[in-house]
Amino acid sequence: MNLAGTINTRTLPLLVTSVLFALLFGFGSVSYDNFFSVQVFLNLLIDNAFVAVVAIGMTFVILTGGIDLSVGSIVALTTMVTAALVEQQHWSIWVVVPLVLAIGSLFGLLMGSLIHYFRMQPFIVTLGGMFLARGLCYVISIDSIAITDPTYAAISEYRISFGEEAFLSVSAIISLLTLALAIFLAQYTRFGRTVYAIGGNERSALLMGLPVGRTKILVYTLSGFCSALGGVLVTFYMLSGYGLHALGLEMDAIAAAVIGGTLLTGGVGYVAGSLVGVMILGVIQSLIAFDGSLSSWWTRIAIGVLLCAFCLMQRLLEQGGSNLGAIFSYWKKPAEGSAPAR
Amino acid sequence: MKPTPVLVMQDICKSFPGVKALTDARLRLFPGEVHALMGQNGAGKSTLIKVLTGVESPDSGQILLKDQPIRPESVDDAQKLGISTVFQEVNLCPNLSVAENIFIGRFPMRGLAIDWKAIERDARKALLALNIDIDVTRTLSEFPVAIQQMVAIARALSTEAQVLILDEPTSSLDEDEVERLFDALRELKRKGIAILFVTHFLDQTYAISDRITVLRNGEFIGEYPAAELGRLELINTMVGRDIDEAGQAAKSASSADRPTDRPFISVQGLGAAGRMHPIDLDIYQGQVLGLGGLLGSGRTETARMLFGIDRAESGTIAIDGAPVRLNSPRKAVRQGIAFCPEDRKTEGIVADLSIRENIILALQARRGIFRYLPKRVQTAMADEYIKQLGIRTPDAEKPIGQLSGGNQQKALLARWLATEPKMLILDEPTRGIDIAAKLEIMDLVKTQCRKGLAILFISSEMSEVLRVSDRIAVLRDRQKVGEIDGKAADEQSVFRMIAGAEA
Repeated sequence: MNLAGTINTRTLPLLVTSVLFALLFGFGSVSYDNFFSVQVFLNLLIDNAFVAVVAIGMTFVILTGGIDLSVGSIVALTTMVTAALVEQQHWSIWVVVPLVLAIGSLFGLLMGSLIHYFRMQPFIVTLGGMFLARGLCYVISIDSIAITDPTYAAISEYRISFGEEAFLSVSAIISLLTLALAIFLAQYTRFGRTVYAIGGNERSALLMGLPVGRTKILVYTLSGFCSALGGVLVTFYMLSGYGLHALGLEMDAIAAAVIGGTLLTGGVGYVAGSLVGVMILGVIQSLIAFDGSLSSWWTRIAIGVLLCAFCLMQRLLEQGGSNLGAIFSYWKKPAEGSAPAR
Repeated sequence: MKPTPVLVMQDICKSFPGVKALTDARLRLFPGEVHALMGQNGAGKSTLIKVLTGVESPDSGQILLKDQPIRPESVDDAQKLGISTVFQEVNLCPNLSVAENIFIGRFPMRGLAIDWKAIERDARKALLALNIDIDVTRTLSEFPVAIQQMVAIARALSTEAQVLILDEPTSSLDEDEVERLFDALRELKRKGIAILFVTHFLDQTYAISDRITVLRNGEFIGEYPAAELGRLELINTMVGRDIDEAGQAAKSASSADRPTDRPFISVQGLGAAGRMHPIDLDIYQGQVLGLGGLLGSGRTETARMLFGIDRAESGTIAIDGAPVRLNSPRKAVRQGIAFCPEDRKTEGIVADLSIRENIILALQARRGIFRYLPKRVQTAMADEYIKQLGIRTPDAEKPIGQLSGGNQQKALLARWLATEPKMLILDEPTRGIDIAAKLEIMDLVKTQCRKGLAILFISSEMSEVLRVSDRIAVLRDRQKVGEIDGKAADEQSVFRMIAGAEA
């Protein structure tokens, strides 16, 4: 496989995103002292680990052509349930974490079932899920609950060192492991390929005998699981449970997936792209933090512009892509002799 | 000498509510033959295929595969029995690689992971067997429809099929691509696979088929060796002798031959690859030009190019002698062209709006939203057309969806007449309406024509084309094969022209 063969309309957005990340990082390195270091790079992973995990789940949903707006609320609900159980009921972390992961998955399973069995719009179902989960947080408490459990504190502070001055947090490691598993799931399992097939053409997927319904439900379950896992990472990061945690995270996750090269119409994109998307959001935040004079809302402005630019690029690629096929000669037998005179 | 058939369908009956789709239909497929299934629209071809592929279950009759009775319950089921189908539209996933499209649903696994190496190797092999050498790791959508069609065939064959059903596989292919497909089919024939080929194209039927089965009105008409059945015979067999008796007699003494010397619209070499061969047409004001031809002969394609819905790739159009470019319906409307599309329900009426609103629609669109027609004017106009065209309704405010098909069609006619067009394109205006309404519509066409409108009339009922047309352009396999005087012509002369020199 040559280079030209590897770069096509599918992989180009991912490539552009990666290059853009490198440019932004390079820009920061030139403009600000101390920006260019391994740790600044690793901090992007540490600070955005939970966003990355949530975006990975979101990517699967978007690949089927769906959407999941409930992820941010599930993250918040997870932190709330965790904080309440750990602080007020003094449950062990080893019971609480599996429990909240199960709750998140169940939440996703229910939404997926509604979407599949009743042919409801994913947008509306998950919007309902978003309100519901956010509201449930306040049933537990309207205030923030600090987590003082020593195990949580220990995990939160634990650093895995690389060489002299570089380190990663537990959360960052978990998000990288999640990414590796997600890539395997997407590229090397029947489930993953069915996800792509559904996004490409759901009717065809059905006619080819693929388990469309089961896969759709599982995708929302997976997203619910990833959201809950993201919530667990937030508790490690923030050491608190609060109904206002992860407000608007669903939009960050969608933005990361789109910037990472996933088409909102489904069927096209890579899980790894979403991590790069998250890192781009992170590096923009870092740049603005390093600058110091700009309001943090400039992050939003930058993301907004980027998002539109990427959607535009994908659209243009799509239109150009349909003409690509004609360029290649593909028949083994050239039409000598049999070619009709024109 | 002849081998036993691999597949036999006997006395298949199938009824849908209100329609008897198949009555004692029969079909025999021998290994290593290409068998064409022919018939007019509604002859029962697609129902027969649906029964064979398990999409519909028959009311009675039996299917024998290698002398064993079978009853497939689903497409998947039929495929497991060795009956694979390639449907008209490519049913693959455009975003996946070629190799993946061939094997998805039955991936070979290596441990927990999909064995991509094996998939790519086997996919390449499967396509090479069809004489196609492409990079199977590339995305399907990068390839033209012809290749996608071949990939679909490769997928169908990768399940060890004994019977391959191709439902109009060539309708979106150009000549070269069809030739490649046929090469592949000949290869499959040699391997002893029985191929059932459904098409509307006569040339293709004779180019590839060994035998032909003809259905008409859901009944088995006959099974013929292709070499022994002439084209004209085939057409007559498909169309049948039960021609509308009123058609010939009622032909009116029509207007003068050529009311104006210069045609209203003159089309030279209008065509698009894969859709329509270049066609020349002259349409005069005060004349009806009929398009005669079988289903799939390019009638609708011509109309859509004239109205700017589909972009023509070659050719010129002149209106009143001045060259124009009609690349959008808006431009066509501005030139005074009106178009009543074939599919009344989806492309014509807006079912929930009232008759008045439906009638006013095109005129309002032409005026633009800032020059709103007062309701008083709208009502007056709607009432006028309801009276003039004899639309049967209590009042103009009734939702058009509640009217009968014939009255809906009249309202659509009114919609375009309200824009005071110079030319009217009518694509199947009489489809799905009762005989009395058909006659009314045809009379309206003649009336409007006498008022000086240029009319292009399309119908799959040859008798109707003959009845209203002053001249008939005869189409076959997406090209114009001739033009005849509507008054001198009868069905046989048109059919002879469709059948061509060989008949």
